[in-house]
Amino acid sequence: MTEGRVVGSFVVPVHPHTVLAPDQNEGWQRLRDAFDAAAQSIKELDADLLVIYSTTWPSIIGHQIQSDPNPEWVMVDHDFHDLGSINYSFNIDQEFAHAWDDANRKRGLQSRCVNYKGFPIDVGSVVALTLLNPDNAIPAVIVSSNMYANRSETTVLAKSCLDVIKAQGRRAVAVTAMSLSNRMFTDFIQPEDDKIHSLKDDEWNLKILEFLKQGRLEDVGQLSRTIQRQIRVQKVVAFKPMWWLSAMNGNRNDLTGEVLAYEPIHGAGGAVVSIDPTPSGAGDKEYDEDDVEYFHGERGVLDTVDESDTTEENPVIEQTPSGPDLWEPTEAEGSVNTDSAPKPVGAYPHARKVGNMLFLSGVGPRQPGTNAIPGGPIHDENGEPLDYDIEAQTHAVVNNVKRIVEEAGASMDQVVDVTTFLVDMKRDFKGYNDVWAQTLGKIGPTRTTLAIDALPTPIAVEMKVIVHLGE
Amino acid sequence: MVKGKIVAGCIAPHPPHLVYAENPPQNEPVAEGGWEQLRWGYERLRASLADIEYDAIVVLSPHWQTYIGTHFLGLPHFEGLSVDPVFPNLFRYHYDLNIDVELAKAIHDEAASAGLPVKMMENPDFRVDYGTITTGHLFNPEWDKPMVVLSSNRSTAYYSVEVMQEIMVELGRVTRRAIEASGKRVVVLASNSLSHRHFTTESEVPEDMSKEHITSHAMHLWDMRIIDYMRTGQAQRILDEMPEFTEQAIAESDGGGLSWLLSTLDVPNYPAILHGYGTIIGTGNAVVEWPCHAHEEGDA
Ligand SMILES: [Fe+2]
Repeated sequence: MTEGRVVGSFVVPVHPHTVLAPDQNEGWQRLRDAFDAAAQSIKELDADLLVIYSTTWPSIIGHQIQSDPNPEWVMVDHDFHDLGSINYSFNIDQEFAHAWDDANRKRGLQSRCVNYKGFPIDVGSVVALTLLNPDNAIPAVIVSSNMYANRSETTVLAKSCLDVIKAQGRRAVAVTAMSLSNRMFTDFIQPEDDKIHSLKDDEWNLKILEFLKQGRLEDVGQLSRTIQRQIRVQKVVAFKPMWWLSAMNGNRNDLTGEVLAYEPIHGAGGAVVSIDPTPSGAGDKEYDEDDVEYFHGERGVLDTVDESDTTEENPVIEQTPSGPDLWEPTEAEGSVNTDSAPKPVGAYPHARKVGNMLFLSGVGPRQPGTNAIPGGPIHDENGEPLDYDIEAQTHAVVNNVKRIVEEAGASMDQVVDVTTFLVDMKRDFKGYNDVWAQTLGKIGPTRTTLAIDALPTPIAVEMKVIVHLGE
Repeated sequence: MVKGKIVAGCIAPHPPHLVYAENPPQNEPVAEGGWEQLRWGYERLRASLADIEYDAIVVLSPHWQTYIGTHFLGLPHFEGLSVDPVFPNLFRYHYDLNIDVELAKAIHDEAASAGLPVKMMENPDFRVDYGTITTGHLFNPEWDKPMVVLSSNRSTAYYSVEVMQEIMVELGRVTRRAIEASGKRVVVLASNSLSHRHFTTESEVPEDMSKEHITSHAMHLWDMRIIDYMRTGQAQRILDEMPEFTEQAIAESDGGGLSWLLSTLDVPNYPAILHGYGTIIGTGNAVVEWPCHAHEEGDA
């Protein structure tokens, strides 16, 4: 079986006009034609799965995945009920839905499948599946958009979907049902009077489409919060679909995009955009947001232990009261691990030997066993900043480095290169630099010091170290 | 014609949990109880109005969300299955309700002549939102009174709480005028929660009351402040503080129901009756009645 992957992605508008009334406005007809063209290219991609992320299906308890194999009902829009009704009958991939639900929970997300007769499938999903999959030839799956989800939760949702696509060897098409600017006219209008609500909305929409045309999906994802503030009615807290779609495409900026149509629907920006994973050769990436593999959000309000989480499958070994889970260091050829260094916060070893070189994973100040941070954490459990001692933290980092280096049978004077990450360059550089001078500075490795946004635990300093073991 | 009148005004919540916990024959899922304080609050509200004659219930639910004006259910009868898209595990309810189309049209027309964007909803396939159904069931389990159902215009999201409130206060005035002109005796009901920050997790048994509490102390303080204004006849202060309350308590008053209700009641300066308060997955909910029938001039 070849490894599954996303073979294409589409952005499509949510309102029912493209299904029920394309003949009433030339722009709605152009959107409809673009939908039809997208349906044709999905056929040509030989896709065997359609994954819909719908912004018109909000959820509160984590994310919900439709798992009724054949949901059927009549959809009437809350605003545009006078355009008529859409009868639907869809082909849902129940097995994929369940597998995605499991994968979500393995990655720390709250998730559930919904399979209830008469479940009201949202307008965005109904429009997308009606037009993109007119004969139900391709099994589909629909996921909700959690009201409170942030970027990491939405990114992890995509990663767990990719886990299943890969495992099942699927050729998936990812679809976000969404408006660009979502400000509609607040009064009734004649179809022929439709236009984008304001010039500013139009300009932002064109900017987004320009990015997408250049295949810069991750750039749009990283502009998400700005876009939300500029041209989105504050229905939800964030403009999430681009986070999801970008993660579904590996957070890339060198995709191949094509805008099939862009038109107003009652003032909102409706676009059909196709995104092909083929590298366009362009679009370097300014990757300024953390990549996230597991969701560690606030889940403690009920004080329950989630029994659905299986410790056998999940290598997480300790839960800290705040901050990420701790893992056993991974074992592979050449890996060097020690109980005298703090547990990793993910699936990686403390260090790895290749030939006569030793590469250390990033080392912070946490203490082995207790997980305490000498000099104190940089913020409390609620994220409130605390006063901390950078010199104590830096000393602790150097000591942890020493323990790992010695576990590998080497010594500190063989350290040849160090990259240091500081979360507050302005505040901490001097203290860190003083400790450096007293310790590693005396040995003389090359050094690079970077300011970064955050580290996975509430620490201020981390070092990435390379050691030359000698002949 | 006799002048119509509002016999009572109520604010009461609509989480599907309350119907679920009660196990009525119309709802498919089965529960072991839960949220009794609020369900019994609804019971006290029903008892309080048991001897009051009225012709129709006028409801505004924040789960029929319209972005273009206010819409009114405009056909005499709706029936079907209502599945809550957020809690389908708790609420799959077979509903059957009648609409007082005449009164709905009267409020619609009055609003239109005041310049508000309005529309009658006349598509027979339309599914009535679960907020209306839940409140309808809890307020009147026999379903023996016709309803007027108004959508919730989302002007808070478009503009601000202040603009929303201006629109809803105007909608309240025209609602009152239309009711008075109709000659009917009416209960008006704003279906909404107070503070509205949900938990994003659900316990294994959704009705496990050991897990139920207000999301945060700040939410509790806001809920009590607003309820105290209600209890002490200070509706104007609720309107005055609506922007802060709505924003800081993430309150469901963003849907306009509470502002509309208070305006429809002519901003009452007499005490309301608190029938119950409780939390539902962290949100704050009260069942409150303004006994207008006892506070109107010339009322026998
Ligand atoms: Fe609600």
